[in-house]
Amino acid sequence: MGYVAIKGGETAIREAARVLEFLRAQGGGAPLAVDAVRDQLHFLTGRVIGEGGLYDPDLAALALKQAAGDTLEAAFFLRAFRSTRARLAVTDAHDGGGMRLVRRISSAFKEIPGGQMLGPTPDYLQRLFRFEQLAEGREAFQALAREWLHDLPSPDLPDSFPKVVDALRAEGLLPAPPDAAAPAFDITRDPLVFPVSRSAALATMSRAETGSMLAIAYSNMRGYGDVHPTVAELRVGYVPLMLPHPLTGEPVEAGEVLVTECEVVAMYTPTEEPGAKPVFSLGYGACFGHNEVKAISMAILDRSLQKGMAGTPDNPSEDPEFVLLHIDGVDSMGFCTHYKMPHYVTFQSDMDRLRATRARQTGQPHQAVPAEQPISGGQA
Amino acid sequence: MSTTHRSAGYAFGFLDDRAKKELRRSMLKAVCLPGYQVPYASREMPIARGFGTGGLQLTLALIGPTDTVKVIDQGADESVNAVNLRQFVELTCPGTRTTPHAGEATLIQTRHRIPERPLRADQILVLQVPYPDPLVVVEPSEERRKTMHGEGDYARLWVKLYEDMVHFDEITISHRYPTRIAGHYVIDPSPIPRWDVPKLHQAECLYLFGAGREKKIYAVPPHTDAVPLTFDDVAFRVEDFTDPATGRRFACARCGATDSFLDELIGEDGRRTHQCSDAGHCLERLNAQSAAQDTREAA
Repeated sequence: MGYVAIKGGETAIREAARVLEFLRAQGGGAPLAVDAVRDQLHFLTGRVIGEGGLYDPDLAALALKQAAGDTLEAAFFLRAFRSTRARLAVTDAHDGGGMRLVRRISSAFKEIPGGQMLGPTPDYLQRLFRFEQLAEGREAFQALAREWLHDLPSPDLPDSFPKVVDALRAEGLLPAPPDAAAPAFDITRDPLVFPVSRSAALATMSRAETGSMLAIAYSNMRGYGDVHPTVAELRVGYVPLMLPHPLTGEPVEAGEVLVTECEVVAMYTPTEEPGAKPVFSLGYGACFGHNEVKAISMAILDRSLQKGMAGTPDNPSEDPEFVLLHIDGVDSMGFCTHYKMPHYVTFQSDMDRLRATRARQTGQPHQAVPAEQPISGGQA
Repeated sequence: MSTTHRSAGYAFGFLDDRAKKELRRSMLKAVCLPGYQVPYASREMPIARGFGTGGLQLTLALIGPTDTVKVIDQGADESVNAVNLRQFVELTCPGTRTTPHAGEATLIQTRHRIPERPLRADQILVLQVPYPDPLVVVEPSEERRKTMHGEGDYARLWVKLYEDMVHFDEITISHRYPTRIAGHYVIDPSPIPRWDVPKLHQAECLYLFGAGREKKIYAVPPHTDAVPLTFDDVAFRVEDFTDPATGRRFACARCGATDSFLDELIGEDGRRTHQCSDAGHCLERLNAQSAAQDTREAA
């Protein structure tokens, strides 16, 4: 009769998954419809498609449902799914100027070509509870949309608006735009090896975790850095997705993606070249979904990283390694949760070192705890 | 163990062919430059980063239908993470076998331990690595660490060891002991205890190290020098399991082994016992003892 390895772990995993499912199903509420999550929690789905790096609002909503609303877990679902998909094509660089806008504001200018457009924003809401939403009837809920559509003025708006920074460029106050013809750095196919290009930095930040980016950008705003940004333009809208046609190679519109884009103007720095006029510097941020905090944080960090890439970073927010290696939610969340796994072997090794060191310093023999002595026996 | 599992609609080995190709090329480069950390485009896996995705990607890029896989976590096949990783391999690599016996496996993926049984030339050991770079304790910038590795500049690591001696009369590094490979690069041998470090030296098998989150692959090929950093007058020492009461070595409470790395267990009554950390090895010893017992009884 031979001994068989215990398989306790297998049952434990299965039961843990079951109890997680139970938590979702308990309480007697109606099961969450994926389209309800996608539409009614659109900031949440927007955040998850951005951090997951996969533009699929339906799957993002399913991920949120499966993850019971945990954004890091939901982004992780999208990432894991995405890595199994083939890379079909690479688009050319998109011009945010062609965006079908739902919102655009400028904090730099009162009047901008095309005008300010507040759009959907919670910025000026009084955060007072609307208790009637505790029990919202289906009829009243659907009437909200009908009512709004009914009041809609005739659409005489242009399809797109000029970019505010273009006006500053025309005046010579901003540097020329960087060459967009260079192939973009693909963070899903190439590892970051420092020093990295700005393209790699932008791609990394674009799918970074919102809170991590906010924290590091906030440190810059509070004084660990000196970007002092002014929002030249913040836009939310749909960018046409132009893919090369499989036969002709000509760009064809294959759909559109909701994007938040932010350009910040920062103070000028002394010019390197003699005789050159000083110009403002620019920070750029863009991400999937409607996520203004992320786009603004990214624009600030883009600007602070440019300083760090040009010389010696003085603050963490200017250090490309510090910023880019610590803002990925899926990476950092995974490593954080791994500490919950057993560490018996390494801790055994740690104890051996501590016991050996104590024995050296007290002149006692090594391995100070005999087997027969209970732990509660008070070890010297 | 079970051999038939549905493939869940994913490609064999989960990863697509291009990802596997890139991983294999990176592994070849790692073998050609022993101890050098090859950057690679670590893919997103459905297992969390930090749970062994680096090792898993190497395993999945290497595995074929005729392979037999063993997955170890903390020395055991039955710990939760090992079970989970093994289930994932079974699910996405239909036809492959899994085993708890190190001797039967062609491919072993492990966290924190190298099996007690010496490995053979036809076996590959894949280690999951959280921190690939031993210099990270003295230099946070990867860019500067890269230069230090290139120049073989490990002065600050030596200073750290020396300072340990000054402060504590002991080198305090317990697991992940910095080890020089083939006379040049110093590696972090993953969080294996010092007990396992000598197994890297002039081994028969290939050791591959995968850090998924940090996106690095490195290798200790067979018949390669792997020498832990030590001073001439301070010997490298592995973990000590001597019982101070008797002066003899603690024995495994299950199989009686006195030559294996032991887990220290604390019972309900506060008393401590010891058991083999390598659960597969312990199981084999138990079975051998049981078979010998049966033979004696039959005789």
